[in-house]
Amino acid sequence: MSLLASRPPAPTGVARPRTATRVHTRLTPSIVALVVAVVIVAALWWSLWFFHSSLGVDGWRLLVMDLVLIVIAGAGLSVLIAGVRAVRAAMRAESRRRDGDLTAARVAAEDAKDAIWYVVGFGLTALVVAFLAVFLSSNDGAVRKTFFDWTVMGKSINPLLDAFWLNIKIFVVAEVLVLIWGLVVAVCRLVPGKAGAPVRLLAVAYTDLFRGMPAILVIYLIVFGLGLADLPLVNSLSRDQQRFWLPVLALVLVYGAYVTEVYRSGLESIHWSQTAAARSLGLSHGQTLRYVIVPQAVRRIVPPLLNDFIGLQKDTALLAFVGVIEIFNESTLLKSKYFNLTPVVGAGIAFVVVTIPMARFTDYLVRRDQARMRAST
Amino acid sequence: MTATPIVDVDGVYKSFGANEVLRGVELHVDEHQVVCLIGASGSGKSTLLRCINGLETIDAGEIRLDGEIVTGRGVDLDWLRREVGIVFQSYNLFPHMSVIDNVTLGPIKVLRIPKRYAQEQAMALLSRIGLADKATDYPDRLSGGQQQRVAIVRALAMGPRVLLLDEITSALDPELVSEVLNIVRELAEEGMTMLIATHEMGFAREVSSKVCFLDGGVVVEEGTPEQIFSAPEQARTQAFLHRIIEAGRL
Repeated sequence: MSLLASRPPAPTGVARPRTATRVHTRLTPSIVALVVAVVIVAALWWSLWFFHSSLGVDGWRLLVMDLVLIVIAGAGLSVLIAGVRAVRAAMRAESRRRDGDLTAARVAAEDAKDAIWYVVGFGLTALVVAFLAVFLSSNDGAVRKTFFDWTVMGKSINPLLDAFWLNIKIFVVAEVLVLIWGLVVAVCRLVPGKAGAPVRLLAVAYTDLFRGMPAILVIYLIVFGLGLADLPLVNSLSRDQQRFWLPVLALVLVYGAYVTEVYRSGLESIHWSQTAAARSLGLSHGQTLRYVIVPQAVRRIVPPLLNDFIGLQKDTALLAFVGVIEIFNESTLLKSKYFNLTPVVGAGIAFVVVTIPMARFTDYLVRRDQARMRAST
Repeated sequence: MTATPIVDVDGVYKSFGANEVLRGVELHVDEHQVVCLIGASGSGKSTLLRCINGLETIDAGEIRLDGEIVTGRGVDLDWLRREVGIVFQSYNLFPHMSVIDNVTLGPIKVLRIPKRYAQEQAMALLSRIGLADKATDYPDRLSGGQQQRVAIVRALAMGPRVLLLDEITSALDPELVSEVLNIVRELAEEGMTMLIATHEMGFAREVSSKVCFLDGGVVVEEGTPEQIFSAPEQARTQAFLHRIIEAGRL
């Protein structure tokens, strides 16, 4: 019996269909796509007009807004252009097929297909933009004014930035400490032998406890609790120092538990043959960790680590609930003062502005490392 | 010639769970000898080498290095590994370090040789294997054969008295095998004591002073290459070599 599986015989009297010579010109879907494109662009332009007429500003602000609206409206045209392209390519495919040039017909049909997908992708985006424009300007612009009031924004920006400086100081210090603390606990979890069992147990208990508790609760207990407990060490700090270091401590405890897990998964992801190679050279357990395992693990865990850092940065807003005058707390004070939510939106923007470059920076680091050592293990 | 063998494996047993891999292995390697271990996959060649380097603990028996017992509790494994180098099938270079850092890590951190001297020594070794120009490259820029040559140099840089080679050409493309074997051949000529687990029968025949056939966790037969390859006495050895010849590997 041959090892090659034999092809099942074709049923007698039925010719195998010659699929390669059939051409789907996609004329009908192209026409549908064009019609949809026209509708979408009309909806977009109407929504932008609606947005424009609800704007209660004049002078250069109106000019800037209108310029933005015109750019968006112009970009919307690309949907229409894609629709027209789809129909033209489909018609070309039809005519090539009639001429008997099947190869050219297939190429044109493929162009039509691409253009149809453009209509879908760009069209969906345009619809979302249109919805936002209508939503923000509905109720005669009340929604927009509640969230984005330029005058309120102008008056709040300085106090907000002052307050945000505290957030930045807290999360930078906390992140540095978390990096060290997380590694210490992770290494404790990997201490070998029977003698290390209690150390491992302690590390596990810590991570379970602080990962399981809501961050707000830990912050509450530590910032209020340690302040109340009359600890000599805490009391020796000034009130301002307490307002800084106790929140840092709380955040380090909470995020240290997450980062420990990240480190541990990174350390365990390094193949055991690397340990074997290092030990075979006479390196001790500690030296193997320090020179071989940890450096490789750290490169792998940068993305998940950054995720946790973004979480930490955002959670500095929780400190508002224990009375720290950070940006969220400040923004709610300003909100009450101006009776408008713009300062809170401004606080949100501040966080986003900090986290986006950080995410891009990590992407860059990851790409650089991958280029340098495409995991030769 | 009754000098103590430099490596003396005496009745060694080793199991992984229920799987008994070594069942009383006896093996002696004299200074400047090249001993080849042959045998089917799973016969215990790699495990035996890993036990001699202290990467695995043994269940019974003992291993002596130059007369000193190096198995059991309380043995200074870091000292043992300075004396006994090992090269692995999968090279196991450190991917986050350049070639020169791979080679000098052990000498600097373990032997505490000053960095400059360690680098000079490493460059001399790299020149000898024709890879001096790759010193600052990372391992992933090297071919498998080049990586394995660097791995050999990394082990040599520690100045070991014995070198264990664990199927070092098994992961290589066929055209890269000879560049690695040439280095081993040179080392043999210079009198390096080596214990080699290999599937390269032609090479084993050419280079070794003694060939040991392992099967079922024991040394079934040992002798000079001529004895083993031309006139094997044991039925199991004959059967194994017959299969090798059938596959065109000898």
